[in-house]
Amino acid sequence: MKLSLTEVEHIAELAKLGLTDEEKATFQEQLSAILAYADRLNQVDTSAIPPTPTVLPLRNVMREDAAKASLPTRDALANAPGTAEGCFRVKAILEWTD
Amino acid sequence: MKLHELTIHEAQSLMSKGEVSSVELTQATIDRILAVDNEVKAYLTLTPELALEQAREADARRERGEGASLLGVPLAVKDVICLEGVTTTCGSRILENFVPPYSATVVERMRHQGAVILGKTNTDEFAMGSSTENSGFFVTHNPWDLTRVPGGSSGGSAAAVAADECLGALGSDTGGSVRQPAAFCGVVGLKPTYGRVSRYGLVAFASSLDQIGPLTKDVTDAAVLLGAIAGHDQRDSTSVNAPLLDYTRSLVPDVRGVRVGVPGEYFIEGMQSEVETAVRRAIDKLANLGAEIVEVSLPHTEYALPVYYLVAPAEASANLARYDGVKYGYSYPDAADVWDAYRKTRQYGFGAEVKRRIMLGTYALSAGYYDAYYLKAQQVRTLIKQDFEVVFEGCDVIAAPTAPTVAFRIGEKSDDPLQMYLSDVFTLSMNLAGVCGLSMPCGFAGELPIGLQLMGPAFGEEMVLRVAYAYEQATDWQTRRPSLDSQHTPGAY
Repeated sequence: MKLSLTEVEHIAELAKLGLTDEEKATFQEQLSAILAYADRLNQVDTSAIPPTPTVLPLRNVMREDAAKASLPTRDALANAPGTAEGCFRVKAILEWTD
Repeated sequence: MKLHELTIHEAQSLMSKGEVSSVELTQATIDRILAVDNEVKAYLTLTPELALEQAREADARRERGEGASLLGVPLAVKDVICLEGVTTTCGSRILENFVPPYSATVVERMRHQGAVILGKTNTDEFAMGSSTENSGFFVTHNPWDLTRVPGGSSGGSAAAVAADECLGALGSDTGGSVRQPAAFCGVVGLKPTYGRVSRYGLVAFASSLDQIGPLTKDVTDAAVLLGAIAGHDQRDSTSVNAPLLDYTRSLVPDVRGVRVGVPGEYFIEGMQSEVETAVRRAIDKLANLGAEIVEVSLPHTEYALPVYYLVAPAEASANLARYDGVKYGYSYPDAADVWDAYRKTRQYGFGAEVKRRIMLGTYALSAGYYDAYYLKAQQVRTLIKQDFEVVFEGCDVIAAPTAPTVAFRIGEKSDDPLQMYLSDVFTLSMNLAGVCGLSMPCGFAGELPIGLQLMGPAFGEEMVLRVAYAYEQATDWQTRRPSLDSQHTPGAY
């Protein structure tokens, strides 16, 4: 089952991964081969089998809702490529039109 | 005996008798690194001043009459594990200058036990790989043959231990990344049961599979290092509140009556004949020592690879979504808009294997394909887990090869991703099932080490260590060391 170029571009966009045309072509080949290999899972009857998302029986591990010290702002921003007024600085997300 | 050639327990013994100081030991190890790491290239970042400061502190603690399991012992840490104040790159350009504001729990615990940290070791990018060739910086060379890979993704840690560039190291294992390089480098590598060791501060690759584990020169050291890092951690909600054990108490060389399962599915066509011979001979040795050998079957073994290469990339695609140039790491400077910034940051920051796995994982989780791929894989994962549960009702440990071949040549498998993935066939299942596993040397094909894998049930590390110790005490593979000085410097790769 071969992935189409459109599908490759769609996946790349979901993952916000910029790809060159060469990369798209290479991934088209490689991903198709890997997924074809993965199709052998259809040999296994799993109709009555529950999924295992994680091996431990732990679920919803909570702690008391009590305030504790957390990472100081200065440390949290220390590796940031752009900061402003104690915040992470990013490109505009909303466009304003008058 | 050269100081850098000591094991952790030998060093502890000498230091407790006052025959050597941590400063001398640490300096000797640093000298060793400077002498050989140009060729081995195990380390990404060296912290010699910090190490010597920690060594002085350890000597002072010992002077005051304090003792601790790793007091003054120089160790290395894989670069996917955070060390506060020191760059943690995960082998990726996207984190080339990232300096963590905190240390991982395992690092805090090592330091609490007095360990000295020499530096951060090389890894496949974000722990994705089986040869350390996917490191965004350089390839690590196998100390036994510098033209070959050390395995991966903890290739830097395994090579550093094998080359006596540290007395032990931490690695991480998601699909075999501690055990397979241990086998390729002729050292001991242990993947603990999922939940045994805290993942807080381990940069996440696949959250339901990742575990940090020790890489050491012998089984005793593995028990010591595991004991130092294991235990429940409030900051990791997937860590288990199971009793903390002194794993050194498992080191009893007695396997009489221990049932060792041998799974037919792990002796397949295409595996290297010397590997099969060495592993079968090791199993015979266990029988001679009094173990009862039982033929067992793990029928869904052949599906571990496709399951893993759907589950792990799916989890990775979610875990690596955070690398967007906003809070840390490389950020593309001239983007047209926020989406362009994300796309270009990730395009230029990530290497090929990482991109491939993100793509694979995104596809498996995407609308219309989730049931066919990710959900299906999780269902087969249940069957793989059940295989182990059934087998462990009839035996105490399982013995098998760690890898189908010995270390391959640098560049030999890097063109075909699927070929590369196949080198993990014997280790993947244990991560999927959450059980524990250890690799230890059991022979050589020429100069290249062969690994014996011992698998135990969940929280069965004690039995695994006991069987491993018994085998080790009856053989001497671990005394053989690579002859680095006699090898030529390899040409450009």
